[in-house]
Amino acid sequence: MNTLLSQSINLFAVVLLVLAFAMIAQRRILTLIHLFTLQGAALAAATLIVGYLTGQHHLYFSGVLTFVLKVVLIPILLHRVIRRLNVRWDVETLFNIPTTMLIGIVLVIFAFNLAAPIAGLSESVARGTLGIALACVLLSFLMMIVRAKAVPQVIGFLSMENGLFFAATAATSGMPMIVELGIAFDVLVGILILGVFMFQIREQFDSLDIRHLEKLKED
Amino acid sequence: MDPLVLVLATPLLGGVLLGLWGHRERAGELNAGMSLLTLAASVWLTVIVVRDGPLTVWGEWFFVDPLNVFLVTLTAFVGFTTSLFSRPYMRIERDHGKMTPGRMRLFHSMYQLFNGMMLVALTTNNLGILWVAMEAATLTTVLLVSVYRTPASLEAAWKYFILCGVGIAQALFGTILLYLAAERAIGGGEGALLWTHLAQSKHLLDPGILSLAFVFLLLGYGTKVGLVPVHNWLPDAHAEGPTPISAVLSGLLLNVALYALLRCKVLADGALANGLPGRMMIGFGLVTVVVAAFFLSRQRDVKRMFAYSSIEHMGLMTFAFGLGGPIANFAGLLHMTVHALVKSAIFFAVGHAAQKAGSQAMEDIRGLLKVNPTVGWGLMLGSLAILGMPPFGVFASEFLILTTAMREAPWATPFLLVALGVAFAAIFGRVQPMVFGETSLRPLAHPPALLPVFVHLGLALLLGLYIPPYLDGWYRQAAQMIGG
Amino acid sequence: MSIVGLFAQLLAILLALALAPLLTGWVNQWRAWLQNRRAPGLLQPYRVLHKLFNKESVVAEHATPIFRVAPYIMFGCMALACGIAPTLSTDLPLAPAADAIALVGLFALARVFISLAAMDIGTSFGTLGARREMLIGFLAEPALLMVLFSASLITQSTSLAMIVETLAHQPFAIYPSLAVAGVAFTMVSLAENARVPVDNPATHLELTMIHEALILEYSGRHLALVEWAASLKLFAYSCIGLALFVPWGVAEAGTPLAILFAIPMLVVKLAVGGVLLALIETINAKMRLFRVPEFLATAFLLAVIALLVHVLLGA
Repeated sequence: MNTLLSQSINLFAVVLLVLAFAMIAQRRILTLIHLFTLQGAALAAATLIVGYLTGQHHLYFSGVLTFVLKVVLIPILLHRVIRRLNVRWDVETLFNIPTTMLIGIVLVIFAFNLAAPIAGLSESVARGTLGIALACVLLSFLMMIVRAKAVPQVIGFLSMENGLFFAATAATSGMPMIVELGIAFDVLVGILILGVFMFQIREQFDSLDIRHLEKLKED
Repeated sequence: MDPLVLVLATPLLGGVLLGLWGHRERAGELNAGMSLLTLAASVWLTVIVVRDGPLTVWGEWFFVDPLNVFLVTLTAFVGFTTSLFSRPYMRIERDHGKMTPGRMRLFHSMYQLFNGMMLVALTTNNLGILWVAMEAATLTTVLLVSVYRTPASLEAAWKYFILCGVGIAQALFGTILLYLAAERAIGGGEGALLWTHLAQSKHLLDPGILSLAFVFLLLGYGTKVGLVPVHNWLPDAHAEGPTPISAVLSGLLLNVALYALLRCKVLADGALANGLPGRMMIGFGLVTVVVAAFFLSRQRDVKRMFAYSSIEHMGLMTFAFGLGGPIANFAGLLHMTVHALVKSAIFFAVGHAAQKAGSQAMEDIRGLLKVNPTVGWGLMLGSLAILGMPPFGVFASEFLILTTAMREAPWATPFLLVALGVAFAAIFGRVQPMVFGETSLRPLAHPPALLPVFVHLGLALLLGLYIPPYLDGWYRQAAQMIGG
Repeated sequence: MSIVGLFAQLLAILLALALAPLLTGWVNQWRAWLQNRRAPGLLQPYRVLHKLFNKESVVAEHATPIFRVAPYIMFGCMALACGIAPTLSTDLPLAPAADAIALVGLFALARVFISLAAMDIGTSFGTLGARREMLIGFLAEPALLMVLFSASLITQSTSLAMIVETLAHQPFAIYPSLAVAGVAFTMVSLAENARVPVDNPATHLELTMIHEALILEYSGRHLALVEWAASLKLFAYSCIGLALFVPWGVAEAGTPLAILFAIPMLVVKLAVGGVLLALIETINAKMRLFRVPEFLATAFLLAVIALLVHVLLGA
């Protein structure tokens, strides 16, 4: 049973990675939010399993926190934002999607290479997952670069946070509780500020296209 | 009562209090009062640390040693003087219609919280909390950068948030890797991220993990420091936010980020023992100095120009700490101090000058000496100070850094000299007509608070001429702690 | 070569030839039910084949021998593919000669001939279909190879029989790489078998059709063979998928009785798979042709991820 569970952590890791890819390939904002929710759920499940396997009970708490924050609260907030701003069907990327995905593959290879020597060292339950977490972080980073709209950028940012959280749970069986709480708090405050912000941008430019935000250039 | 409690609780409570107090009269005075209280508490804390040596407080959660106590005092001091400056400054902004009562409340409340978060970041012993506090400090200032709601300020704030968010996420990854290494060396749990524990057993940390961790930490906190190529947010945020925020961002937040980087460097140095962290910092620092100097010479916006000057000086400090050794570290710490003092003084003067001209473009600001001589002299002296003219403190620290560089990394000195020369020509050439020259502008409606400018410049001058022995000993201790 | 093996091999091919139209009928039936339509009978494909075989085959005047030969080649390739896919037993005389790469090659051979035949007549529809078919093939083949390689990496062999035998014998374990590869394989199968969302086997809409455009000029026994071959292709793909991702129940060498058990097992697995296929076809809309490269690129990407994940995790 326990071997299966520890293998399922790897499975969840791969699910996270595939979802990160799906986000890069996705054009619709609404689907993007669904994918993000799924990613949060996978993360929460993985956290709970790691908690069970390592006997680190604070991870239960952290898993529940992840669930509440990333599967319930933030998606609800995002849904409200896109409904209020009426941007559910925005479909713009700066590069075409296959190119982006190819760059993504290169990033994954890079991340795996970077993490491979380290992953071998760790005695944690899910040691190979560090590379996957790093790959998720880089993919979200890529998504933030190639998206021209504000909401997808924010989702990229949050998904990057997911990758980091997964690294913390899977590779190190959880950071100290107080740190995790602090991070969760920062994320929540950050998303609230971003929400405020999107309304300000919208009010100012009548659009959420961040290409409006390119006036400040070096001359 | 523990002075540290006061140091940390005053700004945090102040933020809540000012949030409740709202835009009523005297909010500015209350703001300054809270900052003064923080300053008093930090002076008290300093006295205790100087007398008794490093102390850990509350079951090792917080840790004060000569390195951070001097930054605590500096932060509290500049925080206080900036609050003095912001009182008339924001009042004029309100009269110009740029600040509504709601925005004033936001400004005051967030200003205190920002100070509080920086102090938490400085004093915490836990590298995870350090990260959390750094991020929180960013969050408190994001809405302040966009407080004018102009397209440019929104853009600047968005960039600030996204770029710093991404950067700081890299730092979190670095912290996680650090924890991974610590878990293997000294066991997991709450203690594994405490800096005091890590510093004791830094030789045990796995070098492979640590080198990767340091790369991420350098990129992450380096974004906050403003190192090239991850500096893009900095000029925008400085130029578009209210001037008091530019002053504290430049004078304090960058220092705190550099402090975080230094703490990590000590650990990485201990684990790696091959000088790689130092070399990386030298490289990043040098590139930053050169690139910032050339960008600086192309600016038209006065606050942007001085923002680039901040990038340049942060690069110089990074370079100095990268060189390592007692003298370079000493010079770096001294430079941190004088840069914070001088740069915030410049922003104070520039803020009032821009208010008077109604524009931040340098060609619109003319003849300050005629209308507001104090502003003009403040800007002129400040610029001379930041350009490293003797007898100001910046000269002393830059001189030390350059001489060390000639000995340790001679290949780097030409670059440094060229960059400093370019910066000198650019800033001096631009500031001169702003201060002298003809104008038809009217004086400001409210008397500007220029006391902070001259206090800061006076201190910088003092540090250039004479470093008091206790301060000297303190810097030496701190420089030793950074090691390298 | 054992007698049992020979018998198993013959049985596998005969079973495939017999069951393939049934599988197509089953999928069509479920698709109709899921879409709230009245379904054609389960045996409808047999009736169609019977009807077509009894009709005269009309061949265009300008047709070259390629046009006549292509249906036979296609049918032969598909029958052979069904033969080397370990459907019932892993003890197959043909298996050592044909590994995963050869399998992909067989599919490619059939594709080349049917495309040539479609262009042979010189009608615009045929050329258009051939072009589309080659586009899909050229994107789907690398993805299929990658999927098969992921499985090969786990089992250290490119022989399908070996792969299935190794996988079926291991204690149950979660292979994240196989899970991802499974998704990729499903996507490739949809594209290769001309199913929704890539193609719709039920329409002859010139803007969208791919497979139907290729065989527009065929009639009579030629068409029957092509249709039968298409059924066989679906059957072969299903069997490969089942063998790779649900390998239990396939008989091993030296256990003749297990084959008897393997037949009902295979039927059950195919039945479930067919329902799932119908479900996928129902809940997805057909995508625009220009999106197909993206769809297949995603499949390829997933397959590559599967490979990388296997290298990283060793699982």
